Amino acid sequence: MYVADSRSSKAPAAPAATRPGRREAADGATADRAARAAVPGTVVVLGVVSLVTDVSSEMVSAVLPLYLLTGLGLSPLGFGLLDGIQNGFSAVVRLAGGHLADRRGRDGAPRHKAVAAVGYGLSALCKPLLLLVHTVPLIGAVLAADRTGKGLRTAPRDAMISLATEPAHRGRAFGVHRAMDTAGALLGPLTAFLVLRMAGGPLLADGGQQQGYRAVFAVSACVAVLGVLVLLLFVPNRLPAGEPPEGQPRPRDGLALLRVPGLRRLTVCAVLLGLTTVSDSFLYLLVQRRLGLATEYFPLLPLGTAGAFLLLAVPLGALADRIGRRRLFLAGHGLLLLAYGLLLSPLDGLPVVVCVLVLHGAFYASTDGVLAAAAADTVPAARRGAGLALVGTGQALARFACSLAFGALWSAVGATTALTWSALALAGCVTGAAFVLREPTSPTADPEVSP
Amino acid sequence: MTTVPLRNRARVLILLVAVVLLGAVGTGAVLWAADRSAERDRVQAGGPVVTPGEVTLKAPAARQLLFRNMAWGPHRDEVVTVPADHPDGPRTSSGVQCLRFHAAAATGICLQADRGPLQDTYRAVVLDEHLRELRSFPAAGIPTRSRVSPSGHLAAWTVFVSGDSYAGTAFSTRTSIVDVRDWNLRENLEEFDVIKDGRPYRSPDVNIWGVTFVDDNAFYATLATGGQTHLVRGDLAARTLTTLHQNVECPSLSPDGTRVAYKKRVPGASEDAPWRLYVLDLATLAETATAEQRSIDDQAVWSDDRTLLYAMPGDFGADLWTVPADGSGSARRLLDAAVAPAFLG
Repeated sequence: MYVADSRSSKAPAAPAATRPGRREAADGATADRAARAAVPGTVVVLGVVSLVTDVSSEMVSAVLPLYLLTGLGLSPLGFGLLDGIQNGFSAVVRLAGGHLADRRGRDGAPRHKAVAAVGYGLSALCKPLLLLVHTVPLIGAVLAADRTGKGLRTAPRDAMISLATEPAHRGRAFGVHRAMDTAGALLGPLTAFLVLRMAGGPLLADGGQQQGYRAVFAVSACVAVLGVLVLLLFVPNRLPAGEPPEGQPRPRDGLALLRVPGLRRLTVCAVLLGLTTVSDSFLYLLVQRRLGLATEYFPLLPLGTAGAFLLLAVPLGALADRIGRRRLFLAGHGLLLLAYGLLLSPLDGLPVVVCVLVLHGAFYASTDGVLAAAAADTVPAARRGAGLALVGTGQALARFACSLAFGALWSAVGATTALTWSALALAGCVTGAAFVLREPTSPTADPEVSP
Repeated sequence: MTTVPLRNRARVLILLVAVVLLGAVGTGAVLWAADRSAERDRVQAGGPVVTPGEVTLKAPAARQLLFRNMAWGPHRDEVVTVPADHPDGPRTSSGVQCLRFHAAAATGICLQADRGPLQDTYRAVVLDEHLRELRSFPAAGIPTRSRVSPSGHLAAWTVFVSGDSYAGTAFSTRTSIVDVRDWNLRENLEEFDVIKDGRPYRSPDVNIWGVTFVDDNAFYATLATGGQTHLVRGDLAARTLTTLHQNVECPSLSPDGTRVAYKKRVPGASEDAPWRLYVLDLATLAETATAEQRSIDDQAVWSDDRTLLYAMPGDFGADLWTVPADGSGSARRLLDAAVAPAFLG
């Protein structure tokens, strides 16, 4: 597949959606123009779709716990386990989404856009349903359908980003997409509280005042429909996806992808590193306890990470294109290790909290989109969806396993020891992964990264 | 894709039309909600009469019942008082808004929301006998429970904090206790040492809520871990929490100190309505079900050593109901549109 990809980089497989002028501009070689050319229109459109969809879904996420708790009077403990199961389920659905997207339609083209549209559409349908259901099992079912939609669309969307972009600029393209995605995630809660405010409802629905929440769900549904429309209208139906393979890919071919050496190594590393990546919630809990953060600032911690992620995603994505995606992926875990180190150090106070959050955001910026870009390098275009899903699912399941293990470890030996062990394990995994990913070619010898 | 300019223009046109339509639907939904919300500021015909007046926490001549008034109108959400023997009579409003409220011996605790431009923030405010603010503490989330010790020296509150649990969207609780004499704040009872079944215990999923005070050092509360709730006895000086009994939420100690009323998760109940109101004898650990058959989500208050008072969902959010503590009799509605009661005197 290296051959196919390197050929495509010489005769750029830039999508037709990219305005023709841009390709020439890239050859014109002024740095500024080249930078713009690195982000094809399709990627920007997919970024807009993700941004809009994230505004919609984060609007709901931001108020749903409040609504369930003070509007419907549910127990705070009721949703924890359910959430974990759904996250695992969503990761598995992602595999199916990737596989289905690679299957060819009657016209011989893969169905990335169609599968992504079904995923976005399913999630959009769930928003108005929240207006109608009022019992735990039904709300659980709606949330499960929403997660299924998210699982379905992730792999085809990332496949489309990779297929629309010249291999040399994929890091930046994924960075642009992730930055827009994160911007949506930050705007969502703001929109939700703005709507609640305009609807005049109290955040606390304990007076049976749920009108404000209904307005949030209704607006969220409208925003979600807009996201689907942008996808349907402006994402090209066909992207360069290589020669059709002989026959349709079968589900078990997904595992056969692991025989592709580059992908296997990357998946193994993503899983290993995922197993030592302490989940966000634990990290925030540790930040608060070890660095002595006042309780009222606790809800702001995720915003700090997201802000750093948003600002760093594009520059670090571009850096990945320059120094090698795998190298930056590893370096990103080094940043996480630094954050663990700060948490374990005797330092405390606000500057340390800010440092930890910036490191945490930088970790995401140098691993999230970068992993997808690195994986895209190793998978032939015809199996891009399934390949990206494999790596992503492996990482997601590993992180979920880490959450469970870290919780158990915390109970057994206490927070500090648990974090120390995790830091040591992460250091070991980074070293191991560095060794595995070094083979067989150094990043500069990698055909796609070479200038 | 072969994008002819005309087709592109058609796409943009479709998008613009959709934006206008969806914008109209969204705006309509917000305006409709705002209109419905505004109704709450108008007095409802047939509702309780609420008039502004003086409300104090000083030992009154006749026993008083204080609570958060939920009736629609200008005094919605304010702490009001009624004579305890005439609870459905006219309400005297203090002008102080509280989401949760409790009071004893001239000390009040009031959990308030401060409306910010985008986010509400919450405070726990300790009130003096004239319901004036003595001191306030920032709270990390939505208020749920509050209590003042019988002496009036300690105040406790519980709020819900989101995003603090490793499994994702689940909630966790934060419970704080402050001594109003020296303002010594124990911000998070989760930092106390837990002794579970006789052994030291620690876990990141520990949650504590619903404090009820014995005296100025000892208290009871709910501790949840590993999907199970426990009644714990807390010791402020020793900073310990010791488990006593399983499946106990929101305990409320009887005035004679022998029993706690609590929410028990009963098998076979629906997920939407999992609790029943029970009373636990602390000496024998014998459980008695009250005659209240519905699911309850409140920390009950004892009207006296034989009677419980608690909130149930009602037309205006919540009503206060009463039931005998010994399992006899039946539940009876005491007053409409009220929550978070406290007796004085």
